[in-house]
Amino acid sequence: MSDPLTRLLAERDWLLADGATGTNLFNMGLESGEPPELWNVDHPDRIRALYRGAVEAGSDLFLTNSFGGNASRLKLHRAEARVAELNRAAAELGREVADAAGRPVIVAGSIGPTGDIMAPMGSLTHEAAVEMFHEQAEALKAGGADVLWVETISAAEEFRAAAEAALLVDMPWCGTMSFDTAGRTMMGITSAQLSALVEKLPNPPVAYGANCGVGASDLLRTVTGFLASGNERPIIAKGNAGIPRFEAGHIHYDGTPELMADYACLARDLGVRIIGGCCGTMPEHLRAMREALETRPHGGRPTLELIAERLGGFSSTGDGTGEDATASRERRGRRRG
Amino acid sequence: MAEDDDEIILSELSDEDLVQQMMDDLYDGLRDEIEEGVNILLGRGWAPYDVLTRALVAGMTIVGHDFRDGILFVPEVLLAANAMKGGMAILKPLLAETGAPRMGKMVIGTVKGDIHDIGKNLVSMMMEGAGFEVIDLGINNAVEKYLEAIAREEADILGMSALLTTTMPYMKVVIDTMKEQGIRDDYIVLVGGAPLNEEFGRAIGADAYCRDAAVAVETAKDFIQRKHNQLAASQ
Repeated sequence: MSDPLTRLLAERDWLLADGATGTNLFNMGLESGEPPELWNVDHPDRIRALYRGAVEAGSDLFLTNSFGGNASRLKLHRAEARVAELNRAAAELGREVADAAGRPVIVAGSIGPTGDIMAPMGSLTHEAAVEMFHEQAEALKAGGADVLWVETISAAEEFRAAAEAALLVDMPWCGTMSFDTAGRTMMGITSAQLSALVEKLPNPPVAYGANCGVGASDLLRTVTGFLASGNERPIIAKGNAGIPRFEAGHIHYDGTPELMADYACLARDLGVRIIGGCCGTMPEHLRAMREALETRPHGGRPTLELIAERLGGFSSTGDGTGEDATASRERRGRRRG
Repeated sequence: MAEDDDEIILSELSDEDLVQQMMDDLYDGLRDEIEEGVNILLGRGWAPYDVLTRALVAGMTIVGHDFRDGILFVPEVLLAANAMKGGMAILKPLLAETGAPRMGKMVIGTVKGDIHDIGKNLVSMMMEGAGFEVIDLGINNAVEKYLEAIAREEADILGMSALLTTTMPYMKVVIDTMKEQGIRDDYIVLVGGAPLNEEFGRAIGADAYCRDAAVAVETAKDFIQRKHNQLAASQ
């Protein structure tokens, strides 16, 4: 009765997810400014190559090229009428590559944020967000995705809307947020708050976690926050291959394959079940991660000090959990309203 | 709703207490209360410019500092900015009538090739919240579009945003074109986006790199203040 991802998680201690989509597609000639989702139809060969790049490097799971495939994002390119077509194609190509892999590979239907700010601060209502995610989820399901993969979310409201869409299409799903602002998401959500949030949903995700954000070390600090919550749900870590730096007129990602291999093993030693990369993570990084995960012995649960020593320091002193939990401002007047 | 015992009647407060209360209300994003407070101060004969600077801008400065310091996050800041906008809507026609100094006008957009606009949207909302006029050009802007807009709008500030390492160099293209046309120094150029840093901002000839939306507002206020001072000094 269980879904393919749950079955694979039951068989294995860890699964290797994929790396970057954007970074890889730019290397294949995607013009910046162009929505990558159009390539699902215009250049299916390149999208197959993207997926194969991850599978051949050892990924057990890869995300479809549909991150910006919701009506709100596609509207920026006047392609909002093509949500069903582009997402279905993204998943169909994924199915084709996964089924030819000769081993179980999970096709995860990527769903990124709408880019809109949700009510009451912004204009996007819960109903409208659910409708957009529902449309996208339906198409990913029709194209053969095994699981929906909601990622880079920063608002609790948007996370809930995406969960509701998964419920509407009756699909298992995973969800990750991007913790990029002093250890919290842009909207102020802490790792502990996400852990609590997933347990309150009527259809909790198969696995949850963090993606993107700042560097690999920050991402693992976020993982320690999930672990402290004590819930037993499998955790996902998809960190960036280091931090882009502008040095002597050139952009330089400081995350080498060796660093990402260290990151992968530290993630595993923390107890992360699904380990992958995000921006800057190429097939060579994935290969190094796979090899390290298969060959290096379990090192015991690493401390924050060890993580910082191996992967670089954290971007902020605290992350809004534990003793760093925010002290509220001293008010002059009485709170009203 | 607050308990009846605790109900604060804004119109019964002294000017000083009312301004303090408005700062708290801004902090809590209470738009109706801010509108009421603005009307009361105007009714008491305050100049629109004083209401703007001493109550609203001062209140938003506290919000901005707490955002910078990681005490407030985007949702609270947006609610505060929304409350501020409620007050601004009342003050704007009056400020124009009284010829009060403008806060400043900003043209903003993500650079050519970049479709990532959340950061840019936040800066827009916070700049408006701080009393600036903002012309949002949206995503994927070519140099011509920026230059046409800053001229047409007689903007004080040009804001450029990029999330990608592949698109951030385009900011230099825009600034270099401004230099070629001899208009670079007519504008304050602020740049921002996740992969940027101060060094990059300096290297491409921007006036400043802004780490986040709160810093963008503070930086814009500083530069506008300097501009006003220079104008005053040269008169």
